[in-house]
Order: sequence, then structure tokens, then C-alpha cells
Amino acid sequence: MAPNGTPDGLIGLTAAQIAAAVAAGEVSAVEVATAHLDRVAAVDPQVHAFLHVAAEQALAAARAVDERRAAGEPLGPLAGVPLALKDVFTTTDMPTTCGSRILEGWRPPYDATITRRLREAGVVLLGKTNMDEFAMGSSTENSAFGPSRNPWDLGRVPGGSSGGSSAAVTAYEAPLAIGTDTGGSIRQPGAVCGIVGSKPTYGGNSRYGLIAFASSLDTPGPLARTVLDAALLHEVISGHDPCDSTSVDAPVPPVVAAARQADVAGLRVGVVSELSGDGYQPGVLARFGEAVELLESLGAKVVEVSCPHFTYALPAYYLIAPSECSSNLARFDAMRYGLRVGDDGTRSAEEVMALTREAGFGAEVKRRIMLGTYALSSGYYDAYYGKAQQVRTLICRDFDAAFEQVDVLVSPTTPTTAFRIGERADDPMAMYLADLCTIPSDLAGNAALSVPCGLAPEDGLPVGLQVMAPVLGDDRMYRVGAAVEAALQERWGGPLLARAPALTGAAPGGPAAGGPAADGGNGR
Amino acid sequence: MTATLVSYDEAVARYEPVLGLETHVELGTRTKMFCGCPTVFGAEPNSAVCPVCLGLPGSLPVASRAAIEYTIRIGLALNCSIAEWCRFARKNYFYPDMPKDFQISQYDEPLCTDGWLDVTVDGQTVRVGIERVHLEEDTGKSLHVGGATGRIHGADYSLVDYNRAGIPLVEVVTKPVPGTGALAPEVARAYVTELRELLRALGVSDVRMEEGSLRCDVNTSIAPAGSPWGTRTETKNVNSLRSVERAVRFEIQRQAAVLDSGGRIVQETRHFQEDSGSTTSGRSKEEAQDYRYFPEPDLVPVAPSREWVEELRAALPELPAARRARLQAGWGLSDLDMAALRNAGALDLVEQTVAAGAAPADARKWWLGELARRANTDGTELAALPVTPAQVARVAALVTEGTLNDKLARQVLALVLAGEGEPDQIVAARGLAVVSDDGALAAAVDEAIAANPDVAAKIRDGKVAAAGALVGAVMKATRGQADAGRARELILERLG
Amino acid sequence: MSITRDEVAHLARLSRLALSEDELSHFAGQLDVIISAVARVQEVAAEGIPPMTHAVPVVNVFRDDVELPCLPQQAVLSQAPAAEQGRFRVPRILAED
Repeated sequence: MAPNGTPDGLIGLTAAQIAAAVAAGEVSAVEVATAHLDRVAAVDPQVHAFLHVAAEQALAAARAVDERRAAGEPLGPLAGVPLALKDVFTTTDMPTTCGSRILEGWRPPYDATITRRLREAGVVLLGKTNMDEFAMGSSTENSAFGPSRNPWDLGRVPGGSSGGSSAAVTAYEAPLAIGTDTGGSIRQPGAVCGIVGSKPTYGGNSRYGLIAFASSLDTPGPLARTVLDAALLHEVISGHDPCDSTSVDAPVPPVVAAARQADVAGLRVGVVSELSGDGYQPGVLARFGEAVELLESLGAKVVEVSCPHFTYALPAYYLIAPSECSSNLARFDAMRYGLRVGDDGTRSAEEVMALTREAGFGAEVKRRIMLGTYALSSGYYDAYYGKAQQVRTLICRDFDAAFEQVDVLVSPTTPTTAFRIGERADDPMAMYLADLCTIPSDLAGNAALSVPCGLAPEDGLPVGLQVMAPVLGDDRMYRVGAAVEAALQERWGGPLLARAPALTGAAPGGPAAGGPAADGGNGR
Repeated sequence: MTATLVSYDEAVARYEPVLGLETHVELGTRTKMFCGCPTVFGAEPNSAVCPVCLGLPGSLPVASRAAIEYTIRIGLALNCSIAEWCRFARKNYFYPDMPKDFQISQYDEPLCTDGWLDVTVDGQTVRVGIERVHLEEDTGKSLHVGGATGRIHGADYSLVDYNRAGIPLVEVVTKPVPGTGALAPEVARAYVTELRELLRALGVSDVRMEEGSLRCDVNTSIAPAGSPWGTRTETKNVNSLRSVERAVRFEIQRQAAVLDSGGRIVQETRHFQEDSGSTTSGRSKEEAQDYRYFPEPDLVPVAPSREWVEELRAALPELPAARRARLQAGWGLSDLDMAALRNAGALDLVEQTVAAGAAPADARKWWLGELARRANTDGTELAALPVTPAQVARVAALVTEGTLNDKLARQVLALVLAGEGEPDQIVAARGLAVVSDDGALAAAVDEAIAANPDVAAKIRDGKVAAAGALVGAVMKATRGQADAGRARELILERLG
Repeated sequence: MSITRDEVAHLARLSRLALSEDELSHFAGQLDVIISAVARVQEVAAEGIPPMTHAVPVVNVFRDDVELPCLPQQAVLSQAPAAEQGRFRVPRILAED
């Protein structure tokens, strides 16, 4: 596979470029949508980023943008830009499945707030992207509809749970995508695909219409090929929503301005001591180290910061998230919508519920439901769920103390680069380690972003730098992310993604093909 | 299977009952607890629902300020402390009429705690402690199809309507009530009656037990006097005041029989059967329920400021007990008279009749006399009779003025009830006023004397008491419209 | 052993999952490993530390008592596995809750 540079034509443009071209009348939104739909048709059989492509609706939405422009109406900053929406958000004109058999074919009677805001902004929804079932996983292998593939190496995972979204953006099927982050599900797929993934402050984006995995953690956010694009999308979807009680009634941080500022001079950057060392891939640590040096060279003041309770973040997360999920997923009971199995006229509602849930949920969802049921049971609550919530407080306090000393914290986004499809499929603990560095910010609710910082020498796969900012300090991570992006692109002579192999349009290898690592031409 | 019972008197002679009541009240807010759907009764099924109360994937609850305020008002009226900070919790269990398969409720942090409500039975006041008042959401309603009875057992399938799902539901839980002895069933009934009046006075619910907007679970235990409290049973489905009393009475008798025969009371849920007045055991669960409560992550904590609470306290209306004391003193009634008024459901009516100008004694007389008889005959509530307190007050005034006597007044009321209009219109249209002018009377008197020479002779002989017979004849001749006193005077004048 | 096969069977019943015998054995092994791992939270000295249930410390978020449009009955029932007489048809219910 040879590096292809950035593809020619409309699909190679950034969201900012497309929006500007549409606004200026240099290109129509319909042409943009068509180009992307063609790209989807060409490469998605290999990548499998989408569960549903809504070509007609996309073209209709694009036409509406063109008509508004022709009528002289003002257009939003992303009007006419195509977007891939994670299949966890409700959409009235497309099925919403969460990657699960239990919801196969479900047509929600309402739009999520995020969906509505995107439509209102003239963003063109191309379709719904693949994901780990109910957002539980780090690889999309838990999707009931088959895994998505990493465009850098089709034998590898694109990360997860928002892996369909990261794969779509990486494969130039869409310049933008929406994902959700509960334990790292935006940042980790962003990192392993070599793109930008941003988890805003919890409460900064509405969860109304986001099918809940873990309510106190779930956060919608953007995936994009540039930091500026991510910031533009962030601004379009953010802001208070009265339909979500946990939505923050505060101004959206000035993330677009921060992405344009792209300057770290004088900024205090903390390297988290606990997020490195054993279990981290050497190439990941090497690229991370270089990124830290780069920040210093750009005028940032770098110090090491200890967050001692971060080492307990993973166990705390795997108590809190499953507990909430065990309750959130109870409603999939075959009574009102979705799959119903075994209703033969003799079985009771109770039996039909159990048979349907058995047939409709995959193994990881079942594991987590049972784990959460266990953690919330009387007699275990204090030792597990209660204790995990206390750890959550301590992790928050670690962040508070750290942000007294520094403006942002940095770490690798993931301990390793993209792993092979099938490699961790039935080893839950190994899979869970993928979220080691991202989980603390989910537990504390603060903002964090992953920006590409190079390819690991040993496998030639992308490495992400995680920038963590305080609650409602989202602008800071965009400022740092954009500065790193600009400096690295100058060093590389172009975006990292230009070094990804070209997609040939050929059929993919088997799910666990695990061919030799693509370490040839796409290395440093 | 019919349970063996011990006679009630024997049971309470040997055992001391302890009561506990859990009352669910549907609040009368315009909209549901967590969404903007209307709280309607009897609408087309599944027509008052939205993604939130249907628990559709992705939907989120937002708490109603009005429901929180209603709950705080109830707590204040029950002398409770109002939490400074509390949370909603999820109560997890699978059930088809529960859209999310968990109920948003409150667990260890209720909005109101530790209050009391005084109730009076047989002149004895019992202070019922209130453990907690908390807020939750109601469930949908199932219709059971097929099978013999239309009940849940034996049904072929069920049909679910979620219009009721998400209606705000307040649960008022008492502390255990010991020491009521043989009065326990009446205390239970009096408590629910008092609570219902309180809720109605607060305007927070229509408290209709027959429509299920007020529902009761009754906990009962018994133990030999002086022993520690016994194991309690929880009787559900107790949906009228009379049933509350009957359920407690039945449980006392049933439990006494079990203990007498050396048995042990099982802690269980029982269901009240309206037809037989008995309770039956609920299905024994193969596994103990574990609701796995945890704080509701989709809702933020409720932290009522003290200013808010004090504002709500200041705006409380006069509560039923205070009002009754005021009215009783103002009307000069004995405790017994007052109790009779209350039991007849005539308190509001009498108060309004007095407000419309009637003397308290007259208002009481009409509502508890003629109108109570009529309500009884019609099998309806006093308040449901088609007569207003103002109309009753006007009839009373016509009697005081002398326009009507008692008999005519009863006729006028009957015609008001028959829908013939206002009392004055009826008096005019039917010519029902008392006849007291001497010309018309004199003729009737002369006729009566002429027709009854024997009686007339007796009166002439000084047997004045015999005049009553002639007065009766005069009244009969005038179809009751004569002024009886004046007729007597005229008779005595002529025969004197 | 942090969790037995019987306990996993109990969790499956509580969770309404009709697991097969094979699944039960497989999950029992995995859950045992996971529970042992997450039990590490118990090592943390957390005496007097308040539990954190919400990521943002906001209180008193309420809505006004104002009616909003409901869904049409047809939209409500259109996704139901079975419906009858304007209601969701569900298999027989074994017991009152």
C-alpha cells in the first residue's frame, strides 16, 4: 500500500474549506454531498464505517442549503458540510440501532438535540456510523453488524466505540463526524486513526436523544481531520439544552478562536506521571516524548504532575459505567419497540423479556449489564459502586490540584496503536486497557482532546497526544492542539493522514486477517 | 382458600396491633413529573405520551418545579422537615407497565421527613408520626385480556396504556403507630380521611380514591400486649376509606388466628379483595426483590433554599384541623355535633350556607335533616345534590321571614332539587307562601268550626287543647299554607 | 474466586438474560477476572470522601408546569412489536409487582 497524499477534489477539503467554498458559491452543497456519497460508495465496502447511508435525505438537505444561499439567507459556519453521525443519536428519517440487534430497524419518533442542531446549521447528514454495541467497546468489534476497519490498515480496528465515525473521517468519506465519549470513545478512535477527536466538558453538549450507555459520563463530541474543523463543529452542537437537566447553562467556551490562536507561548503544561511506563508501547511513548519537547520549543512551560488516583480510574470506571448501563439498558425489554423473541402466546412477559435480551444483546453488553447489576446489589453497593464514586471524587481532586499548577495536562491518548481485529475480542480486560489514559477525564467531566502526534516506529500506525483541560476550559485544549498540529505539519510537510495508504476499493481481508503490520512506506 | 379468623373482640383483647400506612397521591399538576404531557384521566389510550414518559431510548427527564413545590407544601402541612439537599434515585425492576424498567423515585434522601398528623377517633386524639414524604413517577396501566376473570391471573395477554406513566406521585409513609388497641381500624381510616382532607385543602390533588388518584397500602402487625412488635404484612389495593378499615380489621383477625394456632406471620405483600373484605397472599417471590437503588444520574440534586421553603410555608392555606376548630367555636357546636357534620360530609356545605346568610343552626338542620335524607334516598353524596348552599340559605331566610313554614320549605327544596329554579321563583310560581291575612283565614276557621261542632263545643267548655284539631282542619283546608298560630288565635277568639 | 457460577446465574435472572449453560460458564470465568480487577477500588483510602454522582455540580434544574405537544398515538404504536385497541400488546404478566 502506498501513501496517497491528500485526495484530490472535494473529499480532500477540510470542513472549513468546504463551508467557505459553499458560502462563496464556488461549489454547491449538492456537489459536495455527491462527491462524498460517491466516496462512501467506493470505499465503504472496505471500511464499513456506515450502518446506514441516507443519500436522498443528504441531497435534499444539501439542496436546501443551496436554495438558502441563492435566496441570500445567511448560512452557518458549517452549512453544506457533510457529516457522519454515530448511530447512537436518534434521527426521525433514519434508523437508530446503537449497533445492536435489539434495536435493528427502529425508527425513533424524535430527533436528538444534536441531530436537530446539525440540521438547523445546514450540516448535511450522510448517514449513521457503526459503533460498538451501545457504545461498549474500543474497537467496533462489538457491533452486531460487523466491525469497521482502520483505513491505515484494514486488518486493524479503527478504535471504538465511535470507530465508524473515526473510520469515515479517516477514509475521506466525510470531513466531520460526531461520536460519543464515555471512557474514551471519541479520543481513542481519533488517536488510532490519526485524526482529531474531542471530548467537550460533560454537560457542554446535550445528551437528549443520545441513547444512554452511562448517563453520568456520556459526552457527544466532534471527530475531524483538523483541530479547527473539530472546533467549528464543537461550536455548532454545543450550548445549553433545557431538555437535558445535566446540560450546563453557561456560554460555550471560545473554541474556534482558540483553534485559530494556536499558540502555547507561556502556557503551563503538565505531564501526568501516572499515564506512562509499563504497558505502553515504546513507539507511543517516543512520539509522546517528542510532542512534549515540541511544546517546550513552542514556548510552553512543561512540568511533571502527579495525579495519584488516576491509577484507580480504570477499576472505578468499570464499576460506574456498567452500573449505570445495567439500569439504562433495562428498557430494551421487547414490550414497546425493537426486537421481540419467543412471544408464542404461552410464554409470560418475563420469559419473553429474558429471551429477547438474550438474543438481542451481544456478549460485551451482557457482561457489563451483569457486572453493573452485581455492583449495585444490596450488600455489594458500598464496596463497589459506592467506593467507585468516592474514587471519582478523588480523581476530580487530583485534576483540581493539577490545574492549580498548570493550564493543561498531557499524556498519550492510548497506551498502544491500533490493534488487530480479533486480537482482544474475547479478552475483556485487555480491551479495557485501551481506555487507560482517557477514562480520568470522563470520570471528572473535564474537557480533553486527542491530536495526532506521529506514527509509531514499530508499526507505522498513528499515535495521539491527549490534551486535558479543566471543566469548561475547552478552549485551552484547542489552542494547544492547534499549535501542535501546525508545528508538526510544518515539520512533516503536510498532514499525518497524507501518509495513510490509499484505499484501493478492493474487498477487505478476513476479520482476523492480521497480516504483517503496514510498516513500509508509511513510516517516518 | 379461606383464612381462619378469630373474632375481632377476642383478637384485640389478646393482641396489640401496630399500624403503618403508605399513601400514594397523584398530584394535580397540569403536566407530568418529568415531561410536558398533560395529566389527564380517561383520555384515548397512549395519546398523552411523549418520548420522555414512554422512556424511549435517548429521552431524558426534567423535574417539574410545581411537583416539587406541591411535595414541599404537603411536607410542611404534615409538620415535616424539608431536606436542604436531596436526590432522585432509580428503583430498578422489570415490569411491562414501567416504560424504562426502572422508576424514578427517592430512596434514602426523601424531600420531607419526620412530621406528624393528629387524628381523632371517639374523642381520642392519636398523633400519627410521618416518616417521610417523597416524590416519584406513576406507572402505566394494564388491561388483562382473556382468561376467566379479566384479572391478571389467568389472562392470555395484556394491553398497556402509558397515559398515566410519569404522572407525579407523592408517597406519604407513616411511622409505625402502636397503642391504638381496638381502635386500630378506625384510626387507620381516620388517618386516611384526615390526610385526604389535608391534601384537598392544599389543592395538590383531587384525591379520588375510586379513580386511583389516592391509593393506600396498609401495614399491620400484632403481638401479645407487652411483647416486641410482630412481623408486619403489607396489604395493597386498599382503595376506599371503608376498605382501609376493613383491611386492618381483617388482618388483625387473620393474624390472631395464625398466632393462636402456634403459627408464624410471614412478612409478605397481601392483596385486599373488595368483594369479600379479606386479604390474600401475594405471589411468594422465588427471590427477594433487590431494587438496586442508585442516585438518578439524569437528574441533578434538589436543594430547596430556606427562603423558598418559607415562602411556601407562608402561602399554606388554613389546614382542616384549624378550620374545624374555628368553625366549631364560631358555631358553638359540641364535639359530637361537629363529628356528625364531618362524617356527613356537610362541613363545607354548612360553612358556605352560613356564609350565604343562614344561621348556623338552620344550615345544619337543613343539610343534616331534609337534604341528608334525600341524599341517602338517592344514594349520593350531599355535595352532589343539585342544590347550592346559597339556595339553602335563601329557603332558611324565607322561613325566618315567615314567608314559609317548615312544611312549605321542604316542598320548596324538593322543587329546587327537581330543577324548578330558585326558591323565590318557586314560591311565586306555585303560590306557596304562608296565608296569614285574617280575611282568607277567617273563612277557613268558620268552615272548620261549622264542620266540627263537637270539637267546637269542647272548646267552648274550656278544653282549649282541643283547638289543635281545628287548627289541623284549617291547615288541611289551606293545603298547609295557613299561618298556624294566627289560625289558633282566631279559633279561640270565636269560641272564647 | 470472587464470584460463583450460581451468583452469575442469579445476576442473569435479575438482568432478564436467558443465558445458555455455555454462556453462563464462560461469563462466570470472565466476570470473576473483572470483579477481582475492579475490586482494586477497595484499596483506596476514602474515609470521609463524598461520593461523586454527577460530573457537574449543578442543583435545582426544573421545568415549568407548561404543557408540550404529545406524540400522535399512531407514532407511539408504529414501532411496537404488537398493538391492539390503541395499546401495546404484551405477553401475559405473571404477577402484580
